[in-house]
Amino acid sequence: MSKIEIFDPAMCCATGLCGPGVDPELLRVSTTINTLSKKGITVIRYGLSSEPQAFVDNKKVNEYLMKEEVEVLPITMVDGEVVKTKVYPTDEEFATWSGLKIEEIATVPADKDCGCCHSDGCC
Amino acid sequence: MYKIFNPDNIKLTKYLFFTGKGGVGKTSTACATAITLADQGKKVLLVSTDPASNLQDVFGIDLTSKGTPIAEVPNLVVANLNPEEAAKEYRESVIAPYRDKLPPSVLRAMEEQLSGSCTVEIAAFNEFSNFITDKKTQLEYDHILFDTAPTGHTLRMLQLPSAWSNFISDSTHGASCLGQLAGLESKKEIYKHAVRTLADGELTTLVLISRPEYSPLEEAARASKELKDIGVNNQLLVINGVLELDIENDEIADMLYSKQQVALQSIPQSLRDTQTYVIPLRAYNVTGLKNIRMLLKENYLEIKDYKLNKVELPKVKALIEDLYASKKRVIFTMGKGGVGKTTLAAAIAIGLAARGAKVHLTTTDPADHLKFVVEAGHGIRLSKIDEKEELRKYTEVVLAKARETMKEEDIAYVEEDLRSPCTQEIAVFRAFAEIVDEADDEIVVIDTAPTGHTLLLLDATQSYHKEIQKSQGDIPQSVKNLLPRLRDATETEVVIVTLPEATPVYEAMRLQADLKRAGINNKWWVINSSLLMTNTQSPLLKTKAESEIPWINKVDEISQGNFAVVPWKGEEIKGDKLVELIQ
Repeated sequence: MSKIEIFDPAMCCATGLCGPGVDPELLRVSTTINTLSKKGITVIRYGLSSEPQAFVDNKKVNEYLMKEEVEVLPITMVDGEVVKTKVYPTDEEFATWSGLKIEEIATVPADKDCGCCHSDGCC
Repeated sequence: MYKIFNPDNIKLTKYLFFTGKGGVGKTSTACATAITLADQGKKVLLVSTDPASNLQDVFGIDLTSKGTPIAEVPNLVVANLNPEEAAKEYRESVIAPYRDKLPPSVLRAMEEQLSGSCTVEIAAFNEFSNFITDKKTQLEYDHILFDTAPTGHTLRMLQLPSAWSNFISDSTHGASCLGQLAGLESKKEIYKHAVRTLADGELTTLVLISRPEYSPLEEAARASKELKDIGVNNQLLVINGVLELDIENDEIADMLYSKQQVALQSIPQSLRDTQTYVIPLRAYNVTGLKNIRMLLKENYLEIKDYKLNKVELPKVKALIEDLYASKKRVIFTMGKGGVGKTTLAAAIAIGLAARGAKVHLTTTDPADHLKFVVEAGHGIRLSKIDEKEELRKYTEVVLAKARETMKEEDIAYVEEDLRSPCTQEIAVFRAFAEIVDEADDEIVVIDTAPTGHTLLLLDATQSYHKEIQKSQGDIPQSVKNLLPRLRDATETEVVIVTLPEATPVYEAMRLQADLKRAGINNKWWVINSSLLMTNTQSPLLKTKAESEIPWINKVDEISQGNFAVVPWKGEEIKGDKLVELIQ
């Protein structure tokens, strides 16, 4: 199992709800990370305004920031290597790194009528 | 008859909070109480949490958040908490260590993020808790008095402890709003302590300040109830500015007297069991130490020889004609609570409608006085922005959106972020934008909420505007249109409403400075409730009327002559009386 870390841009809350509108991408990422943590896989997120020290201490992240400035965020690291910049990982990438199946973590629409949903998605 | 409020005869608790609608005399009463206690030999700390503090005007010296001893009052220390300033200090303390370690664009992003209303509120509450829980402060002072901000702000601030303790303990993921303040969790005990102290009747008294008038008393009743709901039960009511008749058969004095007596007899039911005191109407302005010392003791006639700059004082009609002729689409009345923004907004709406315009009159005042003042019809549509309702609507929109892509169990996670304090600001902001967006086929007249709140709203407008350009989120067109529209002087006018007294005029000047910073146009000023415009012969009221002159002259200068004066009226200005006002 790999260690996944995400260095977020400065934002008010992880879901982005505090911005002027709802950002579906942030909602997806937050939900996926939440699902992963329920399955015992921790994704560490660092916020620019809450934990700026992390952006200095991590030499690789710091180098990216100094070179490409704030637009390079978010940065994703797996096992200490930068694997993705500027956008958040897809659910497929999260699946690969965590060793889980895509079906186990992908966000699925809430089921409204069947009333028989299981933890693996739906009926 | 009620007894006069005099701390020499009342046993007061260690902590005293003064609350009430803006302009009722919280600052004066808190200062007078603090000085009276200090003169008794007690060690007293007076803390202002008003975002636009008046204490500085009262003592005539610069104050700091740490506390300044007042030379003329040996046992008194005064601290002025400016929440905006506290947030700035906090922001600087976070950013400073990274000045050379992170690139400028990153620092700017951090700074912007730490400029939100969350930070301001947290920083303010933080300082406020420190005064309550700090052991050294506790031992050093016999009494700690808080001169709090206008009611909405007060309530929010006092509501924060319980709301936040829930929020902190319930939070399962760390990156939410409150998470931006590193180490908040470690302050949980301090906040809990602050909440406990507030709700402890042995330690804390809430002093509700009102005037002997209908709407401030209603407001006091509302505040009283809201605070009782969060456990603050030890309350006192002080009614400030009660007229003692000094003349017979003076129309104005009689009207003022009977108006006040009627209001006093119809004190809201929920306040009747509250211990109540009065402070007589004084014939002097409550500025400077001498007059503050006198406030709870005796009256005297302050004789001054003032001259008006203008022979004839302009009326509201001139203002309405200018707004109509210059084709303004969005009109705000702005000013400290209690100066008559609602009345003026209603008068402007009626005046424009009478000239054939379609007008949408709306209020963001949580107390919603609008419906008491004016009825819909004759080209006027009424509406209000209700914060709680807007929050509920926004929550629904967000949840509906989340349900499209998320599992039901994950929705709870989104709901948690929706409980964050800044979500409410956004919800209100969106409602505000929608109403201004309608100004294409209607003239929108908005009676804004009390000052501190309004400023936050405008501040929010500005920072969201910046954020919108970068965010990929789903932003309504109305929100994108808002700030450019507010900044367009051909479309938008902010009418500043004030009273012919020291504090309201200073306050209005600060407001104007803030508008300027936000790039928003202000041309007109209105001075409300002028006794000088009446023909009273009461020595007391005449002295009060005379003392209005320097303030009317001051407004004349600031507004470059673009101002109107509204005479003091015996009754609540509503219905037909509004029509009189605009003639």
